[in-house]
Amino acid sequence: MSARTFRFDDRDLAYEAGQSVGAALWAAGVRSWRTTRVEGRPRGLFCGIGVCFDCLVTVDGRADERACVVPARPGLDVRSQQGSGRADLAV
Amino acid sequence: MTAPVLTTAGHPDVVVVGAGVVGAACALAAARAGLRVTVVDRGPVAGGTTGAGEGNLLVSDKAPGPELVLALLSLRCWADVAAFLTERTGLPAGGFELEPKGGLVVAEAEGALGALADLAAAQRGAGVVADDVPAAGLRDREPNLAPGLAGGVFYPQDSQVQPMLAAARMLAAARGLGADVRTGVEVTGLLRAGDAGPGGRAGRRVVGVRTATHDVPAGAVVNAAGTWSGDVAALAGVRVPVLPRRGVVLVTAPVPVLVRHKVYAAEYVADVASEAADLESSAVVEGTPSGTILVGASRERVGFDPAMPVPVMRRLAAQAVRLFPALADVPVMRAYRGFRPYCPDHVPVVGADPRAPGLLHACGHEGAGIGLAAGTGHLLAQVLTGAVPDVDLTPFRPERFDEGTAE
Repeated sequence: MSARTFRFDDRDLAYEAGQSVGAALWAAGVRSWRTTRVEGRPRGLFCGIGVCFDCLVTVDGRADERACVVPARPGLDVRSQQGSGRADLAV
Repeated sequence: MTAPVLTTAGHPDVVVVGAGVVGAACALAAARAGLRVTVVDRGPVAGGTTGAGEGNLLVSDKAPGPELVLALLSLRCWADVAAFLTERTGLPAGGFELEPKGGLVVAEAEGALGALADLAAAQRGAGVVADDVPAAGLRDREPNLAPGLAGGVFYPQDSQVQPMLAAARMLAAARGLGADVRTGVEVTGLLRAGDAGPGGRAGRRVVGVRTATHDVPAGAVVNAAGTWSGDVAALAGVRVPVLPRRGVVLVTAPVPVLVRHKVYAAEYVADVASEAADLESSAVVEGTPSGTILVGASRERVGFDPAMPVPVMRRLAAQAVRLFPALADVPVMRAYRGFRPYCPDHVPVVGADPRAPGLLHACGHEGAGIGLAAGTGHLLAQVLTGAVPDVDLTPFRPERFDEGTAE
């Protein structure tokens, strides 16, 4: 395990200095890391510049982080997001 | 009352200037009344304030008076429009997300709660359903509300629509009834005919519109140009003082249903009626069928300054989090702003203009234009067909600003 790794769905994922989480996932061959709320369809990078909110992931327990703008850091806990990732808030 | 429409063979009975929600409601109501309608707009459908609105159909924020009368009529008209569109299209809720979800107005302090209770009592006398909610009952209504609020009032009639869909669906239905909708067509003048009225008090009759590319002769012209209605009125040589008030709306990332109703702080009511020129804001929070939560209701008089004011956005977000602490962790995905068309007396302008026969106005609805649109369209159609309007239009008369006391 190199120093430049973060956790992605319970495995170590290597990244290069300066990469975003989304770029690292893309470089590792991961193309989708979220499912849509209604139909459960796969989503990953779309705009890649923080605008479209398509590439959402849960980072260290926080839902709706944009993978394309979160800098990769050692030890981050990145998880695929199912739907809104906030089922606990529903009333 | 005689019908002001002068039918001319081959020409529309009425030209509606403006393809926002008010113009669309006028067009549909007129088409349903059997009139031949043409709609023109210099931009696209819902390209102005309608496309930058929140979709509020509120009675809760209106004190007894003409605007509340119009709001109550308009709620009934929205239900009728939705039923009409659902019957024609098969789409639920009219195809524009009409939701009678109810509004919950909350007060943080006892003083504000007393003022809210007084308002609710007066509103009940005017036909509004308003249920007092004690502090202990607030979180039964809205489980994610902050603790420690003084109490509130629940207004089951408050409703919501998706404004752009509402405008587009109404125009589509109007076209199905034969209306002609022309976007990207700017009105540059009004066609006039005949002689001026006795003593020159009434100008020559308005008999259509001139655009950059062609003339559209018609029996009557409806000015539904929203925040730009004063410019259209000026083409007829009459003054209708409609001014812009900038409002910002925040849009969160989609979440599960964590806000059930329209929820806002009692202070919003004071802001709506305020004369202050500087920033006022109190968050109005509601979910949408797509999962996003809208946070609206800042008001600033800054002309048509197109800036997106960051301090205003911060303040709205903070007020929303104060009502719903769970929102602190939900990102704002985007924000937009619109220019709400207000008149100096905060009452819309609805009806025929005696200073320019053939010209009618449907404008100046400020931040309530979505809610008041369906009723406004219904009333305009009644005027156009010579029927007696369901509500007295005297408070809405366009010439009141020339009478010296209305301002």
